[in-house]
Amino acid sequence: MSILVIAETRNGELKKASLSAVTCAKILAEKTGLNYNILTFEPSEKAKEELSQLGAEKVFVAKGEHLKNYTAENYAIAVSEIAKKVDAKYILATATTFGKDLLPRLVSKIPNSAMISEVIEVIDAETFKKLVYAGDIISTLKIKSEKKILSVRGTAFDKAGKVDKKSDVVEEEIKENYTRKRFITFEETKSERPELTEASIVVSVGRGIKDPENIKIVEELADVLGAAIGASRAVVDAGWLPNDFQVGQTGKTVAPQLYIAIGISGAIQHVAGMKDSKVIVAINKDPEAPIFQIADIGLVADLFQVVPELTQKLKKLKQESAG
Amino acid sequence: MKILVPVKRTQDPYVKVRLKPDGSGIDTSNIKYAINTFDEIAVEEALRKKEEFGGEVVVVSVGTQEWTEQIRVALAMGADRGILVDTGGKYIDHVIVAKVLAKIIEEEKPDLVIMGKQAIDDDANQVGQILAGLLDWPQATFAYKVEVNLQDRKAKVIREVDGGLETVEVDLPAIITTDLRLNQPRYASLPGIMRARQKPLKTIKIEELGVDLTPYVTIEKLETPPPRKAGVKVKDVDELIEKLKEKKVLPF
Repeated sequence: MSILVIAETRNGELKKASLSAVTCAKILAEKTGLNYNILTFEPSEKAKEELSQLGAEKVFVAKGEHLKNYTAENYAIAVSEIAKKVDAKYILATATTFGKDLLPRLVSKIPNSAMISEVIEVIDAETFKKLVYAGDIISTLKIKSEKKILSVRGTAFDKAGKVDKKSDVVEEEIKENYTRKRFITFEETKSERPELTEASIVVSVGRGIKDPENIKIVEELADVLGAAIGASRAVVDAGWLPNDFQVGQTGKTVAPQLYIAIGISGAIQHVAGMKDSKVIVAINKDPEAPIFQIADIGLVADLFQVVPELTQKLKKLKQESAG
Repeated sequence: MKILVPVKRTQDPYVKVRLKPDGSGIDTSNIKYAINTFDEIAVEEALRKKEEFGGEVVVVSVGTQEWTEQIRVALAMGADRGILVDTGGKYIDHVIVAKVLAKIIEEEKPDLVIMGKQAIDDDANQVGQILAGLLDWPQATFAYKVEVNLQDRKAKVIREVDGGLETVEVDLPAIITTDLRLNQPRYASLPGIMRARQKPLKTIKIEELGVDLTPYVTIEKLETPPPRKAGVKVKDVDELIEKLKEKKVLPF
């Protein structure tokens, strides 16, 4: 019996978010005495090297012409084959859109299995915590199926670091091909800024920005700080920024060192996606805005005045510290 | 084209949910209920496809008699008929819901199932994918745009994924789960509400479907997360920068 962690790649590179699932697997390994294996698809040489240094028993690479592009259908076939081979009692992946799409499909491929989504804490071999109701409530769930599938909330677990021991990398040819779904294209959002879920600083914009033209004042602040840009659902619903930027229950969960909420009222559904940030700054002209109830530092002011001022003063500070 | 839309009754998304004082469960005294946000988008998408191709939209819920309120709302929006699989209030998990839906689908034989990507109460994001797997149908989750080609029995779906938009093509029948930007759901019109009262709504007892009702996943405890302490208010930008320096979160 063992634990199997699925590691995600994009253009061959290992997605750092997957390292949170490895940490969760390590915790489970300690509690159960089981070893953990890693399974990945289409890794670069560098990604293979990185994966072989995470303390896994083995690193499996599933091979097949039909696995070049991700589909949940074909990847689920591959995962269930490898899971059988290593007699996986647990299957884990981080709850990115990849993990969210793929893992539940495994439930019907693997007999006597069930799943818990977005685990934030491991209590024991069959008891886990997750957030429900947009993060208003923590639910402790018990999973009694023989095989347990867990998606892991990335922000709740540290990213696993390197270990000295190197794992063997094993290639496995997968034959079965599901043909009723075809990958067509992937249109990548181009950005010079760090990825939202991986950034150490996030500058987030809400409806208070009033007009999509005004988003540039927030971008200027983000650029001084080297920050990623996030948005409230209102901004995304209005079509001012793509959904990819959305922080909240219905978007992404982030937990950066610093989260600056600009013109965001702090609706429950937004707060659910950022309340684990280390330091939260809120800038809003409404002193009653709920965001101030969770902010470490609040500034009640007109964002159109103070955000450009903040950008200028930080720019000066940055130059001074560089000089 | 026949489209089946599973619908869940959930809390109004703009209300903060609290526990009962004794912690024994959710305090439902102040909760208003609605169709789950994402399921409402699914109903709308199904109606648009029906307007384009003709056919029928069937709404299915797996819950208690109270859930017929939400089925009626979907009928008032324009769906043709409803099915309630009555649980009698029995606790069921996601695997059971998926198995029940699979039974209904075997019976109804829709060309397409459109459903929400997740419910805003348990935030699990599981049932659509489990169901697709059970039926061995292709799945297109987190849909941003859906184009159906009925003649060739295919659908092209643009999906919202991390880092961009992915386009896939699925053969029908297929399961599609909705993301937020797929559409803006319509309101039920008054004539729609009147007509909904006449539309067929069938109730089936969950025990009649021959699905094992023993849950794999059970809820042990609910608790409120420790509140985040409100911090300080600063008077201006200079003071804000001082605080940021104190907390050592600036990159320079």
